[in-house]
Amino acid sequence: MSEVLVLIDHLDGAVRKPTYELLAIAKRLGTPSAVFIGGADKADAAVESVKKYGAEKVYVVDDAEIKGYLVAPKAEALQQVAAQASPAAILIVSSAEGKEIAGRLAVKLDSGLITDAVDVAEGPVTTQSVFAGNFTVQAKVTKGTPIITIKPNSAAPEEGAGAGTVENVAVTISDSAKKAQIVASQPRESSGRPELTEAAIIVSGGRGTGGNFDPIEGLADSLGAAVGASRAAVDSGWKPHAFQIGQTGKTVSPQLYIAAGISGAIQHRAGMQTSKTIVAINKDEEAPIFELVDFGVVGDLHTVLPAATEQITARKG
Amino acid sequence: MNIVVCVKYVPDSTADQAFESDNTVDRVGVPGLLSELDEYAVEQALQLKEKNEAPDSVTVTALSVGPEAAADAIRKALQMGADAGVHVTDDAIAGSDALATSTVLAAAIKKIGDVDVVVCGMASTDGGMSVVPAMLAERLDLPQVTFASVIESQGNQFRIKRDGDVATEVIGAVTPLVLSVTDQTGEARYPSFKGIMAAKKKPLESYSLGDLGVDAGSVGLSAAWTAVESTEARPPRTAGTIVTDEDGSGATALTEFLASKKFI
Repeated sequence: MSEVLVLIDHLDGAVRKPTYELLAIAKRLGTPSAVFIGGADKADAAVESVKKYGAEKVYVVDDAEIKGYLVAPKAEALQQVAAQASPAAILIVSSAEGKEIAGRLAVKLDSGLITDAVDVAEGPVTTQSVFAGNFTVQAKVTKGTPIITIKPNSAAPEEGAGAGTVENVAVTISDSAKKAQIVASQPRESSGRPELTEAAIIVSGGRGTGGNFDPIEGLADSLGAAVGASRAAVDSGWKPHAFQIGQTGKTVSPQLYIAAGISGAIQHRAGMQTSKTIVAINKDEEAPIFELVDFGVVGDLHTVLPAATEQITARKG
Repeated sequence: MNIVVCVKYVPDSTADQAFESDNTVDRVGVPGLLSELDEYAVEQALQLKEKNEAPDSVTVTALSVGPEAAADAIRKALQMGADAGVHVTDDAIAGSDALATSTVLAAAIKKIGDVDVVVCGMASTDGGMSVVPAMLAERLDLPQVTFASVIESQGNQFRIKRDGDVATEVIGAVTPLVLSVTDQTGEARYPSFKGIMAAKKKPLESYSLGDLGVDAGSVGLSAAWTAVESTEARPPRTAGTIVTDEDGSGATALTEFLASKKFI
């Protein structure tokens, strides 16, 4: 069986969960091989992690010449790994950077690109949710090596040891790939809560919070959930842009999405409409968000949420 | 300085978007307009011009690839203040995917010539892949400074703030470059009456693929690198239970619902 390359999504060698989901998908399509682009001293930890989730081979690329620059060198490195592996497909996490790497790689390999897949079956045939989640489309790549970016939460990680054979790849990075420099980088402060795109439960607040996110955060913590925000809340400066869910923020698809004080404009719906279960709390019974919900409460979030939080905490004992 | 701003004509996302029988986006039956996210790109292009020491020496050209009606998107950009428009239209382009679109855009940018900054929106509001700016940078061999939320420039030096996936980054590059901007860069201006009148006199050139030296057989639906096999409208969500909170009943009902679904 041909290899299927999975670009490891990691933070200083700490592999992030979507990588394991991609490895599970790679197993359906061929022999999963992971690609680590990172610090040489972090490679061992990353290799051990992906091995547990079935990586038969791990291509290790030292990022000494890569890390100070935006996107382009990673695409060059991946192109060189692909030349060595002749993969049946290349899978990358659908993040802003992941999609840009995929875009440049598609041009380099003259290969078709599909982004934001929520499922991949043999073929590979992909499934995407489009037009603000109003349509589901199935697609395939018809030229070159299929390059597919996959959204987090699209598959369940599957434990099962792979051989994890390491192949070090020495890549050459061109000068022209080093023209966009990362001058400074400020890692996002960890809130201690789950990551938005990976969370099973999300509690989001909008204009109706009036800027007070305490009830949102309280409920989120009682459920072990991530906290999100609507564009209105972000534009008002109540939460940074990293919290924004919607067309110009993050697209999420958790098991449970709770929208509090969010009216449900198309811009927001585009980011959360594919959530499995949707709950809304809003004072306005006419709010369009109620058209989407499995369960809704017409009421003031500032009283409903704290009371619910108390009851949930009591139940959990 | 020459600035090209790429603008896309898209089906109105507040209308009912739909697909054609060949699984391409319905761009005729659904009312179209300038993609909202490209308005931010036009705005930033205009601000680059206005902040320049010699604004009159800066030309902002709005470039669109698309059917006849796509000229509307260019006209909107001209009304906002762009100086000139270039419309690449050719029946052979219909059904192009991102790889083909970036090929045509890159050819048009080369034809315009001597371009210092290519400005794009962060995504279209129809396909929404967000990959064309990166593909353009690759095809034009230019640095990409993408997903900018703040833009600073001095001479040929650009610095942007990018809210990345795990970090906020400052990216630096020198022109010529490809810049993509998010909606965090600030509200786009509305065309003024004066702007609308002035736009009528601004040059709007139309190119075919032949004018750009692009082989018609290398783009369009039949030459696409990807194929959509099926499209299906998502079934409407079945109406849920909605309760009205009275004296704390809402919280209890909410907790019961969450418990019944095993979220607690």
